[in-house]
Amino acid sequence: MTPLMEVHDFAVGFGSAQPVKGVSFDVTAGEMLAIVGESGSGKSLTALGLIGLLPSHARKTGSIRLAGRDLSDLSERQWRSIRGREIGMIFQEPMTSLNPVLTVGEQIVEVLRIHDKIDRRSARKRAIELLDLVNIPEAGRRIDDYPHQLSGGMRQRVMIAIGVACNPKLLIADEATTALDVTIQAQILQLLDNLRLNLNMAVILITHDLGIVAQWADRVMVMYAGRKVEEGLPQPVFEHPYHPYTRGLLAASPRAEVGQHYRDGPLLEIPGSIVSSLHEKGCAFRPRCPDARASCGQAVPPIKLISDGRYAACPLVPSQFGRVSHDALVGA
Amino acid sequence: MTSSQSTALSPSLLVAVGRSTEIASPPPDAAEAEKEWSYTRAPDALSARSAYQSRRGLRREIRIFLTNPNAIVGVLFLASVVVTALLAPLLYPGDPLEMVSRPFLWPGQNADYPLGTDSMGRDVLAGIVHGARISLTVGIVATALGLTIGIGIGAVAGYFGGWVDEVLVKIIEIFQTLPNFVLLVVLVAIAQPTVTTVTAAIGIITWPTVARLTRAEFRAIREKDYVLAARSLGYGHARIVFAEILPNALPPIIVTSSVMVAGAILMEAALSFMGLGDPNRVSWGSMIGSGRDVIRTAWYLTALPGLAIVFTVISLNLISDGLNDALNPRFSEERR
Amino acid sequence: MSTSKRILSRARRVIVQAIPTALGIVILNFFLLQLAPGDAADVLAAEAGSATVETMAEIRSRFGLDLPVIQQLLNYLNNLAHFSLGYSPRYGMPVADLIGQRLPGTLILMSVALSSAIVIGVFLGSIMALFSGRLPDRIISIASLIFYSVPGFWIGLMLILTFSVKLGWLPSGGDSTIGSGLTGIHALLDRARFIVLPAVSLAVFYLAIYARLTRAAMLEVKSQDYVRTARAKGVSPLRLTLRHILRNALIPITTMAGMHVSGLLGGAVVVETVFSWPGLGRLAFEAVMARDFSVLLGILLLSSLVVIFVNAAVDLLQAWLDPRIGESR
Repeated sequence: MTPLMEVHDFAVGFGSAQPVKGVSFDVTAGEMLAIVGESGSGKSLTALGLIGLLPSHARKTGSIRLAGRDLSDLSERQWRSIRGREIGMIFQEPMTSLNPVLTVGEQIVEVLRIHDKIDRRSARKRAIELLDLVNIPEAGRRIDDYPHQLSGGMRQRVMIAIGVACNPKLLIADEATTALDVTIQAQILQLLDNLRLNLNMAVILITHDLGIVAQWADRVMVMYAGRKVEEGLPQPVFEHPYHPYTRGLLAASPRAEVGQHYRDGPLLEIPGSIVSSLHEKGCAFRPRCPDARASCGQAVPPIKLISDGRYAACPLVPSQFGRVSHDALVGA
Repeated sequence: MTSSQSTALSPSLLVAVGRSTEIASPPPDAAEAEKEWSYTRAPDALSARSAYQSRRGLRREIRIFLTNPNAIVGVLFLASVVVTALLAPLLYPGDPLEMVSRPFLWPGQNADYPLGTDSMGRDVLAGIVHGARISLTVGIVATALGLTIGIGIGAVAGYFGGWVDEVLVKIIEIFQTLPNFVLLVVLVAIAQPTVTTVTAAIGIITWPTVARLTRAEFRAIREKDYVLAARSLGYGHARIVFAEILPNALPPIIVTSSVMVAGAILMEAALSFMGLGDPNRVSWGSMIGSGRDVIRTAWYLTALPGLAIVFTVISLNLISDGLNDALNPRFSEERR
Repeated sequence: MSTSKRILSRARRVIVQAIPTALGIVILNFFLLQLAPGDAADVLAAEAGSATVETMAEIRSRFGLDLPVIQQLLNYLNNLAHFSLGYSPRYGMPVADLIGQRLPGTLILMSVALSSAIVIGVFLGSIMALFSGRLPDRIISIASLIFYSVPGFWIGLMLILTFSVKLGWLPSGGDSTIGSGLTGIHALLDRARFIVLPAVSLAVFYLAIYARLTRAAMLEVKSQDYVRTARAKGVSPLRLTLRHILRNALIPITTMAGMHVSGLLGGAVVVETVFSWPGLGRLAFEAVMARDFSVLLGILLLSSLVVIFVNAAVDLLQAWLDPRIGESR
């Protein structure tokens, strides 16, 4: 089976900085892939790269293929025909991601009319259907509301309606639920899950919330300092994390202890910050790694296939670390 | 389950936790942790930097200002005008309104009068040099007056709020509705034009802008923690206003004041151009006004004093742009 | 809430706020008139050439000038309510009629100047934002700094020097060719030729402000999340600029334009004297020269009312542009 999207050695640079240092991964049609990492890990830049929205002064290398078509050398005009039609994207801040002076209807109709040659009336009809599809009650009335008249969760539903309006093959959700309440978060994720099943659309879920990954993702990819450090199915990755960074993430996640317990004791932190490791020679995680050896400073450890579908970029064999229950994560 | 927390920790990670104390980040509260996951986030570079700045006072702002080439050009331009104004009595000790030579000497025609003479045989360069004194004096004194009234009223309105604020805001609004220059003409016409009345009138029409700005700043700063702290310590109003709030409200007011000087100079010029300036003093505006009648034959009489105004006002605007970039980082980021 | 309902509720608020402002201006005006040297009796006596103390007193009591100040204020308000601003002996007509004659000239000059300043300024500002940091941005920045620093009356004189005296392309004063007998489109074109130079002199300063403001507003809006959303939808650059960036950037620009109306009226006073443009400004200048304070203060009052009116109109325009304004709270 050919994957829907193949990303090979994708890198992004600004001047002397190299925030994304060569990432490769695939996305299969209808799959929900989670990309996990902390701020500065390069996950959001990777996402912007996939939809051709990197700032013009960014240097990018590597290749991106969508359904066999190479996207690396597209002109801006060609990118525009892909954005919104083949790839949709929703962002973190529902409060600011919609244009405040246009009604939600106008904003949905806009994407429909850019990509499909349909008249205003049928575009409006389709927009109401879309609002229905994303479970907005009284869609026929809500369509003439302005964004400020809707709650954060509602706005994010509108964003999803815009994202899926033209039946894209891939939807990128960049921290799409981070700004929302926990209950709304679950509703939005449920909606995304239903949509991808009904529309056979792949979803790339960019998040730092491991609970979300454990519960919703088909596959997870962990990024650190611009590189993929681990990849696999959520359950094995969370039960047997290979990379020390993944282990740190799991230990630091409040959800690992099912909510009520983390108030009792101090949270485990991963010491240091990602900033300190950006210019590191060798393994970027070395300064923060509890298991670091001298050899880690020599060369960047390559990402290696550990077992079927499992990849990790750490040469040290994991042995003495503890296990985190997958159920504990999902139960959060 | 309670024990699973400790079993989940590898010995090495425990060491790591021990090491993490030196990062000294405060433990995030539970709600925030749930949402933000802040403890593994990279420190916010911008907030870290601004915290650092506030400790160092205004040194960073001054450095930004002094590394801004436009601002430096503005300072040099203005300095040359100020030096000219200060040296005027030495350079041209006589009355610039005296006739010194035959009229309508063109610039360059006679080396003694490099910028020529006007229709009454007065030295144009002497007029421009002395005019700098009037322009700068009126500009600076009127601005100081406007700042004093404006900061006073704005501070009272913003600090006390309530009905005092409502009344003062209405008065500010009334003054901002009255067309500034028309009011200025009315005031000067009623009071008879002298340097003092012109200066006072300009001060009177410019204060509302400052008052509005000061009020907004005061309202924002009034709610800040350090002001609440000062209040809880029982400090008096005067001390809170002058020691706690005013210094923090100053940056936007400083930026505005340099624009105000430029505006006052332009207004003085327009007034004396219309014949509403002090008849006993030479001013750039009055020179243009009298040159206007002979613009067909001796246009340099209109052009040269105008260039002096433009030169001075440009210098002030360059300085205010530089001040804005240095004191108002949010705006300067937008400009990039 | 529908757009029209929102704007109506906004209109109510605007009117309620404008009334005390207008009243305050009227009272201020009255006291300025009291401060002015000489009163109507002096003016009439001067017109008559000579007057005895008795006739002066008689005139004063006839015009109510011997009444207490508060009574005089009430009379003044009563007169205003009947659209009476007093009588100008110099022009031999009521002040209100005199101002009414001159007001259209000023309004035309102002609206031509303001609209061209906005259109050209927004255009230049958009170019600056589009090329931010590059050559076109720098060139327009320098030009706008100069425009921003030049006195309008001096620009006017330099334009007269260039286009009237040296090149002879455009007239140097007045508002139409006297006695030309032109009608229809030709009369209009004739007037257009006369308005170019004064309008440019008045507009230059504001043009510079709008260019700078548009640049800043567009750069700010450009970095907003909703612009990124629009780009992720595949919106073309032109549509992005017009519909998403400019539409939002116009909101602060209209606020500024509203605030500039009062300044523009003041600027018109000077520019009209330069170009002998028959408007309020020219009238004000003549009134100052003739020490005719009832005319001068009538102008101040009326121009303030124009400002209040235009500000209210701008407020409603904003409510239309920005759906967040005027929601019942």
